Amino acid sequence: MRANGSFELLFPAKKNEARNDSSAPAKPAPEATLASDNPTLVAPQSSATPDGRQILARPARAGSANETNLNAVGGAFPVPVSSSITPPSPAPSPWKNEIPGNTTPDEFIPEVERYELRSPAFHRFDLDRRDFFKILGAGIAVFGAAANVTAAQESGARANRQDDQPKDIPSWLHINEHGMVTVFTGKVEVGQNTRTTLAQSVADELRVPLASIHMVMGDTALTPFDLGTFGSRSTPYMSPQLRRAASAARDLLLAQAAKEWKTTAEKLIAADAKITNPATGASLSYAQLAQGQTLSHDLPDADPITPPTEWTVAGKSAPKIGARALVTGQHQYTPDLRPANLLYGKVLRPPSFGATLVTADLAAAQALPGVVVVRDGDFLAAAAPTERGAEKALAAIHAEWKINPQPSDRELFPYLKKNLDTEENQKPKVKGLVAEGLAKSARRLEQTYTVAYIAHAPLEPRAAVAEWKDDKLTVWTGSQRPFGVQEELSAALHLPKDRVRVIVPDTGSAYGGKHTADAGLEAARLARAANRPVKIAWTREEEFSWSYFRPAGIIEIKGGITADGKLNAWEFHNYNSGGSGIQTPYDVDNQIIQFHSAKSPLRQGSYRGLAATANHFARESAMDELAHAAEIDPLEFRLNNLSDPRLRAVFESAAKSFGWPQEKTKSGQGFGLGGGVEKGGYVATFAEISVDQASGEVRVVRVVTAFECGAIVNPDGLRHQVIGANIMGIGGALFESINFENGRVTNPHFAQYRVPRFRDIPKIEAILLDRKDLPPAGAGETPIVGLAPAVANAIFDATSIRLRSLPLAPHGLSKQKTSA
Amino acid sequence: MPIQSQINGKNRTFDSEPGTTLLFALREELGLTGTKYGCGEGQCGACTILLNGSPRRSCQLSVSDATGKSILTIEGFEQNGRLHPVQQAFLDQGAFQCAYCTSGMIVSSVALLQKNPHPSESEIVQALQGNICRCGTHPKIIAAVQQAAKAMHRGKS
Repeated sequence: MRANGSFELLFPAKKNEARNDSSAPAKPAPEATLASDNPTLVAPQSSATPDGRQILARPARAGSANETNLNAVGGAFPVPVSSSITPPSPAPSPWKNEIPGNTTPDEFIPEVERYELRSPAFHRFDLDRRDFFKILGAGIAVFGAAANVTAAQESGARANRQDDQPKDIPSWLHINEHGMVTVFTGKVEVGQNTRTTLAQSVADELRVPLASIHMVMGDTALTPFDLGTFGSRSTPYMSPQLRRAASAARDLLLAQAAKEWKTTAEKLIAADAKITNPATGASLSYAQLAQGQTLSHDLPDADPITPPTEWTVAGKSAPKIGARALVTGQHQYTPDLRPANLLYGKVLRPPSFGATLVTADLAAAQALPGVVVVRDGDFLAAAAPTERGAEKALAAIHAEWKINPQPSDRELFPYLKKNLDTEENQKPKVKGLVAEGLAKSARRLEQTYTVAYIAHAPLEPRAAVAEWKDDKLTVWTGSQRPFGVQEELSAALHLPKDRVRVIVPDTGSAYGGKHTADAGLEAARLARAANRPVKIAWTREEEFSWSYFRPAGIIEIKGGITADGKLNAWEFHNYNSGGSGIQTPYDVDNQIIQFHSAKSPLRQGSYRGLAATANHFARESAMDELAHAAEIDPLEFRLNNLSDPRLRAVFESAAKSFGWPQEKTKSGQGFGLGGGVEKGGYVATFAEISVDQASGEVRVVRVVTAFECGAIVNPDGLRHQVIGANIMGIGGALFESINFENGRVTNPHFAQYRVPRFRDIPKIEAILLDRKDLPPAGAGETPIVGLAPAVANAIFDATSIRLRSLPLAPHGLSKQKTSA
Repeated sequence: MPIQSQINGKNRTFDSEPGTTLLFALREELGLTGTKYGCGEGQCGACTILLNGSPRRSCQLSVSDATGKSILTIEGFEQNGRLHPVQQAFLDQGAFQCAYCTSGMIVSSVALLQKNPHPSESEIVQALQGNICRCGTHPKIIAAVQQAAKAMHRGKS
């Protein structure tokens, strides 16, 4: 899956560059299996099909669905769930929200977050306030709905239509008579630690210990609407929102104490979960103040929140909430739920993408005892008391499919260029005169870069448990978009949304891959037919084949520099991979930048960092090529063309820790860098690689990443994200790609699709720049974008081979090349 | 035919028919859901259990392979409210993000330390090579195994 076509280098030939570049397109196409080339993988199983795991099991003996639900919500004091909490109530009054952390420049071209914005946002507030206190008990509550201007930044061209724009980020907060604080947010925990960091922000603002915070997350019946957990939004948008709610609650407590003591709130202090009157020494705990109250408050327009310089709970590392249950195996992920009378569902997958069902003979399957078979359009599935029973039922179905020809990976890039989706195209961003700038440049670059489709491969495959009760549907599923899943279920099953409840247990990772309702729809459809709860747990092969992928893409760049190495012209076209991170952070007067949407042959969607990885790979590779053409050190070249002080700061601090420039001490050694800014996060990554002279294997030996995202909420959590992103990035940089032929993924197993394992892990250092003067931005995504270009540039440094396609070296470098 | 095994120190009976994977039987019949399905192909290590003390991929075992054997799953390491030193070390180091791989990582690490109480870093890497972590927590997992090795050494001396 290499880019074909012109790899024309327009510089005057310097040293051996021309030769090296002419060798670039000659990479062989990846083969279906990696095993022989990849000594780090454990031996593949003789049979890749997981048939052996379908077994007979007794009906599950777990508690009722409601108990399961409470487990899913978790925590020390479960929230009672009432079935009568449906009447819609007047929406809380909207309030203006000055969103901090908006460091995005005006010209920001938003990325189309595929899938999540196809459905419009909506208001819904199932609980009215009276119900709220009835359920949670007396106390003090804050309701908020924020007029959200910033979420539109995530929305992109498709969502520029007004009805697609998210309108608010509501939240609820309740302090009970024991001083315990319950916070309701539609965000979900998928390993990124947001349960803990959001709780830290609330504890900080409310002046209570972290242990008194209970987060209720991702439950459409209990938490306010939320667009989803993606786009690095939880920290910059949800965190200040929850702080405002906490701040408003604190004001209520201060006012209550002031009333008690016949003084004014200004004279009192809130700290350590109590209000103190310094004049008298009297104090009242929050628990005492909440006794018998049903005080509530709308979020005020501009309740000031505590600046990072005064944080006490936030800004420090805190242990992950619920961590003990993670090391004892007690935490229940979606596939672990076992409601009573559970059936196991299996879906008969089409033989290839785009195939349509012509006929299906269900009689034999339906005759099996205890089996429920559903055919609904092209959906063909069975549920049985055991997984084996469901498998047997599928095997008994005779189905005929009409195969529709599908493109294969070999022809992917020409296919994308030929199949542009002009309706979805974004307008180019134009500044100055690029043609003129190029013409006047002393040196020019014209290059094409490509990225492959890759899979998220979350270790918890897609799963859902669905249960119908009194014409109401409850679905437990690992998803980043509980309300999006609710919307999809509602549409697919023709049900009003108030009869669909989606609950997201803390989930075994997602990385942008769990936005859609797939498993939930399948389970719900089967459960409706069976009139019993149904669990659908995708196999790894299903996960690799039938989920969606990070978009493949082609990026064409033209760049020009002056004789003294200043960027003079920059033209950048991204085909299909996406518009995220497409803007150059470098100073250049003449530029054209455009994203071209294409009709993807594979189902594609969000992936950690979206297209920012592809765009940074291409841009930072091109910058490296220009630096070498100008015979200027690659770091110096970047800094010469960069005035953004925050991006300069990460480049400079990473360079210092890495020791840049470095002299090579052995053959096959190379050093490279890459960096950029995206979603308010600034990243610079330096990598050392080694190329094994015998095998051609490329190893990442050492990585130093500097990251700055404003004020740091939880340093350990942030370090996890920065290091984790780099490790994940190694896979996409070096060896991951989805191979496909005739409408099927040809490497749908871990034995064939290589992900980073322990032996692939380099020494990694994360430098976290804490800017307490700046509001925090999200950090789950951007740290990934510097790794691939840093590795590509280091390979060039080691071998003089310029690789322009991700993955760079799925089979190592050929012997011929390593000797270059 | 019911199959008798000792699971986490207790005699248990599987009613599953022969050929049922041990992973499915543990999770869906006995409710020991701490052992995870990650791939069903023995490639990811999420389903690792100890079978007569040896680390095995339970997705690759039939329930009949457990006949008369002793099985230890992640649920069996905590003793009287006290975590196993490896569990404690994972907790102390925060050696998890989404934690879906954690059960398998802990069981594989316990098996390593039983065989090799003082593993070098490369021996830890070798032992955990078959366990996939997608969140990129590897450096902390290695640190946790090193901490556990020290703690278990102290516990013995």
